[in-house]
Amino acid sequence: MNHTFVALVADKPGVLTRVASLLRRLNFNIVSLMVGRSEKANVSRMTIVAEAPPAAAHRITAAMYKLEEVLQVDNVGRRACVILEMALIKVAANAETRSRLFELAKIYRARIVDLAPESMMLEITAGESKIEGLLELLQADDHEVLEVSRSGRMAMRRGHHTSRVLEALDDSGPQTDFDVSMGRAAGPTEEAQEELHKDLLGD
Amino acid sequence: MGQIHNGSNPFPPAGSLLSGAEIIWATLVGEGVRDVFGYPGGAILPAYDALRKFPIRHILVRHEQGATHMADGYARASGGVGVAVATSGPGATNMVTGLATAMLDSIPIVCITGQVSSKVLGSDAFQEVDITGITLPITKHNYLVTRAEDIAPAIRDAFQVAKSGRPGPVHVDITKDAQQAIVAFDFEAAAARPHRPHPMLRATDESFQAALDLLAQAKRPVILAGHGILQSNAMREVLDLAERMHIPVACTLLGLGAFPASHPLNLGMMGMHGETWVNQAIQQADLLLALGMRFDDRVTGSLKTYAQQARKIHVEIDPSEINKNVKVDVALIGDLGAVLRMLLPSLPPRDDTSWIEEVNAMKGTAAVRDIQNLPDTGHLYAAHVVNDLWRQTGGNAIIVTDVGQHQMWEAQYYKHEHPRSLITSGGLGTMGFALPAAIGAKIACPDKEVWVVAGDGGFQMTSPELATLMQEKLDLNIAIVNNGYLGMVRQWQEFFYEKNYQSTPLLSPDFVKLADAFGLKAVAVRQRSEVIPAIKAAQKHGGGFLIDFQVEKEDSVYPMIPAGAALHEMIQRPGNPLVETAADI
Repeated sequence: MNHTFVALVADKPGVLTRVASLLRRLNFNIVSLMVGRSEKANVSRMTIVAEAPPAAAHRITAAMYKLEEVLQVDNVGRRACVILEMALIKVAANAETRSRLFELAKIYRARIVDLAPESMMLEITAGESKIEGLLELLQADDHEVLEVSRSGRMAMRRGHHTSRVLEALDDSGPQTDFDVSMGRAAGPTEEAQEELHKDLLGD
Repeated sequence: MGQIHNGSNPFPPAGSLLSGAEIIWATLVGEGVRDVFGYPGGAILPAYDALRKFPIRHILVRHEQGATHMADGYARASGGVGVAVATSGPGATNMVTGLATAMLDSIPIVCITGQVSSKVLGSDAFQEVDITGITLPITKHNYLVTRAEDIAPAIRDAFQVAKSGRPGPVHVDITKDAQQAIVAFDFEAAAARPHRPHPMLRATDESFQAALDLLAQAKRPVILAGHGILQSNAMREVLDLAERMHIPVACTLLGLGAFPASHPLNLGMMGMHGETWVNQAIQQADLLLALGMRFDDRVTGSLKTYAQQARKIHVEIDPSEINKNVKVDVALIGDLGAVLRMLLPSLPPRDDTSWIEEVNAMKGTAAVRDIQNLPDTGHLYAAHVVNDLWRQTGGNAIIVTDVGQHQMWEAQYYKHEHPRSLITSGGLGTMGFALPAAIGAKIACPDKEVWVVAGDGGFQMTSPELATLMQEKLDLNIAIVNNGYLGMVRQWQEFFYEKNYQSTPLLSPDFVKLADAFGLKAVAVRQRSEVIPAIKAAQKHGGGFLIDFQVEKEDSVYPMIPAGAALHEMIQRPGNPLVETAADI
């Protein structure tokens, strides 16, 4: 099954390698891995989708926490959250086929972000299945899909839940560049630890 | 930079201007390091140039693998952190085996390597290799340091990471230009922030209660004593627990010494080459109390049949070990000593000794291992050698083994009474480990009697370190268990590959002459009657001494669980002269 994790990590060279290497070591395939800046300086946010047996989630979480530069890991798979993905799709298009593509794009709430004499680029931000649906439909409709670029999942919990680690950083956070670069920050709150523990012994 | 240092004041005051090279040593001194194992080279030369200003003993090794094993043996013998230093490129890649060895056995060592200048990083400069990329999966953490001001924080952080939580090796790679730059040094300001415990550590009131309930109900409990007892210094607590509740104790290989061998509750080593009754006791147990051990495949055999009747309590500091191999009923995740200290006051009373009697009955005559008094059949068995070594050293020596048959014989026939008296590569099973690790152990514990026990195969992997031993004038004794084969592989070929002894017969040098060339005293022993005199001669000599024990060639380690078989499906000792019968007693 696919597990989805959100990880807050120190923004420094090599962190991506460490996280990827951990999953490689466990022989779990990375379906997608998105990294970007978070709301806090020097902290990156990753959304990792890994294909692994159902019981492997706690082991991945526990192993990720052993990485010095990982600040927080959240297994969002079983939580209420928004999961979106973005795709850029380049389709062959000419004067005759364009209007049909406009129509499809409208139905799927995709945007046309580039238009050329023989092609068109669609941008869609949606759940995975909707993107797959659009791609299938394009093919079924005999549109030649020239290029596809997909971001992989981005996830965020719904409601008031926030990355509490980052709040904690404000109080007792890293004081120097080195602290940040070494990922030396406060850990998850008690509440977050409670959830972790449930993950660990729940199944 | 000479203005800062003189012999009387080795530790520079805050704000002193130091080169990165000086900062390396100053930080190590500040961390309490007195001995460093290393090998110089181009990219680490600035550091070596500065070494003379600091009160650090540098042990020049003959191969960087040796430096890492020495740091490892130093850490295992002392309970502290071992330090190894090497240059970039091949110097650093030679450290890989030692780092992996320390990783698999959770040994705190800090390895420092030189790296080419930051300006040419990634350009395939002379002796450049992406060593932090290579060591990433075999270290607890690693650092690439390119600025002098980051050296002290990185090294101090490395020590903290190495020692804290589940210990492990840490690697610090420092570019040459960082060693050469001059910056202000402030040891205190470079302190690592307080250790951030793994957020999944957890031992709640409920889990304590659940553990106590299981203990109260147990009729046939067994303690599985692992390396974590030594790591956590929880020997006293485990002894307390076992004695108060009359629970028999089975040890893992790395747990030997964590519980006194002579204690009536100590069953001995479990697992692939554990005695039958130990594994039987585990199979029949209704409660396993796993203390600082990780249910390694060499311990469990087939997981499908492992201790099916037993509930399991796992006390472990690494949350990723919980339910990894064996699903447990209660997990107490934290430092073993701390967990046990919380558990001990509430232990339910238990006076029932019937289970111990039952286990003792399982031992039968096999438990009488007085091989000393067996008649001399003219054969020299490795078991005799190890057993005599145990008697002759009073069980008080530090024994450092290599990997293979002799390692298992050592575990079976040397009774480890004291913690940290067995140093062996358990997880990675690194041949060539013994000699360098023993050098490290001897430097850590100069007043202890230290013995290398190695096979003829493994010994040849790192034998150049004999020169290190001599250069450092160490009083170290070496017992080679020489059977002319890569013995453990031969044994597997015998049992599982129809005696196809492919590439296992081994021609060795004349070890006596080899030792002589290095300046060690040495003797060869072929008769049982010569064993004790040779050991005595070694003990008396007071320098490097090597004994080439030429033992029975095709002897095997018994009992044995074939890989993947169930714990109770052991291959028993055949009728060889080492199997005691009632007539011998």
